[in-house]
Amino acid sequence: MKVLNKKNLVILLAVLVVYGGVQAAIAARLIPPFYSVNLMLICVYVILATSLNLINGVTGQFSIGHAGFMAIGAYLSAIVSVKLHGPLGAAILAGGIVSAAVGFLVGLPTLRLKGDYLAITTLGVGQIVQVVFFNTNYVGGAAGFTVPRTVNWTWAFWLTVISVVIIHNFTNSTHGRACISVRENEIAAEAMGINSTKYKVMAFTLGSFLGGLAGGLYANYMYLIQPTTFSFLTSFNILVMVVLGGLGSMTGSIVGAVVMTVLSAYLSQFPEWRMVLTALLLIVVMLFRPSGLLGTKEFNLGFLGKKGESRAA
Amino acid sequence: MGHVLREGLQQVVNGLSMGSVYALIALGYTMVYGIVKLINFAHGDVMMIGAYVGWLATSRLHMSFVPALLLAMASCALLGVIIERIAYKPLRNATRVAALITAIGVSLFLEYGNMLVASAQVRSYPPVLPSVSYKVGGVYLQYGAIVIFATTIILMILLTLTVRYTKIGKAMRAASFDKDAALMMGVNVNSTISATFAIGSALAAAAGVLYGAYYNTIDPLMGIIPGLKAFIAAVLGGIGIIPGAVVGGLVLGLTESAVSALGASTWRDAVAFLILILVLILKPSGLFGKNVREKV
Repeated sequence: MKVLNKKNLVILLAVLVVYGGVQAAIAARLIPPFYSVNLMLICVYVILATSLNLINGVTGQFSIGHAGFMAIGAYLSAIVSVKLHGPLGAAILAGGIVSAAVGFLVGLPTLRLKGDYLAITTLGVGQIVQVVFFNTNYVGGAAGFTVPRTVNWTWAFWLTVISVVIIHNFTNSTHGRACISVRENEIAAEAMGINSTKYKVMAFTLGSFLGGLAGGLYANYMYLIQPTTFSFLTSFNILVMVVLGGLGSMTGSIVGAVVMTVLSAYLSQFPEWRMVLTALLLIVVMLFRPSGLLGTKEFNLGFLGKKGESRAA
Repeated sequence: MGHVLREGLQQVVNGLSMGSVYALIALGYTMVYGIVKLINFAHGDVMMIGAYVGWLATSRLHMSFVPALLLAMASCALLGVIIERIAYKPLRNATRVAALITAIGVSLFLEYGNMLVASAQVRSYPPVLPSVSYKVGGVYLQYGAIVIFATTIILMILLTLTVRYTKIGKAMRAASFDKDAALMMGVNVNSTISATFAIGSALAAAAGVLYGAYYNTIDPLMGIIPGLKAFIAAVLGGIGIIPGAVVGGLVLGLTESAVSALGASTWRDAVAFLILILVLILKPSGLFGKNVREKV
């Protein structure tokens, strides 16, 4: 399969049009601050949702502490850019790498366990991360950490595109197939010679890395990061995006991230109602369509290429 | 030396009263997990609803402590059954992830639903328990702490008797051992699961009222951290094992008060979760658990 086939060219063109259009609108000062903040948040949440989807959807594990990895990435990148005066790229990358390292250390012992233990452990890790940053005066403690805004649309957009491409290619690689087989039936996968712990840890580490990248973007855009920003509620929001889109569907996660970010922007005056509605939506979707709205299906451009060629995941 | 000993004993008293609250909540977690293999994330919020019912009963209906406690337990038993019937029962054969997500949804629904009904403001309990304390050998025993501990012990004895000697208790043990076999032996598994939720939720409500009466303030998000801690307690003792939940709760309460006594109270939550991770790494089946071999 060629890299530059018709389908990929169409996608590339669409990506360039979106980027160029928004960039031109920003340059012409057509976008009010409310929208530009939300555009940025959409990028951050798309990375978070797709990377969580890699862990929860593709590999079939259940992490509910993704905000913890986002927090590690955010704080580490802020330390590099503010305290060490490093360049933005290095800062975001450092955040991702440290987050991946923590993900690896957490994942290695707990992913060997079956059942719901990963859920609880990741929840615990998220809480511990919050407590650690809360109690560390070097990064501002409870008051928060002030970071100058260095991220712009170009950074956010292309980092999102790169993350999505990484996840897409990983899912469709040998490793990704192994992860899917672990999701479908772990015992059968092991019987076929797949080292299930290895692939679970691999997916978890990659997911944590990308979560950290998203945190780095967030920190260098939002001026201020506080430990409470990365609470369980944030993890829950990311989870809702993934679940609504369909566990295992990358395009579903992207749609979920966009829809939920826009919804919460418009419902931000009524936080209680927003949470009640989200909770109800989640329960109803689980009761009537437990695999999420899209299931594991992907939106694709199959009509452009040969049949079968464009089938993803 | 005597001073250090007194201080230590005082922390033991504090730890036991908080640990009792954890133990009561953990019992519900462990019973539900034992029978339907579901981490009922909404359990901590049932405790919160229990605390609110208790607050309503004491401050608005001017009930005294024991009737308020019973009212809260009864209404939360009903709430638990309703939650199980609406949200969990249809998913009993779905993937565990689906059930887990629903549980998180129910949890947030209870939290923010209550915030809409009762507002987010912190409420304070009326003084239902006399604020006297007895000095026993240099250690202050607050009346509230004694009540918490006594109530917990009484409820646990009742629970043990129920599970051991009654018909429903036998059905619970049978269903948690092997649901299908129990079904074939004529156990009504559905009503047994409902009963488990009812008992677990009633215990959580009792914990909520005790928490409110002892620590005075309640708010709609109060259930999250005790709920998670109680889950840690349940895992520590071996999830699914009833005495394990009690021991786990008390050990966790004592550990937390020890951490506070060492002057690191802001790290308390982190320590609790660290215990959880250590347990999961070293002995995932918990203190009282046995290793179960996986069958294909």
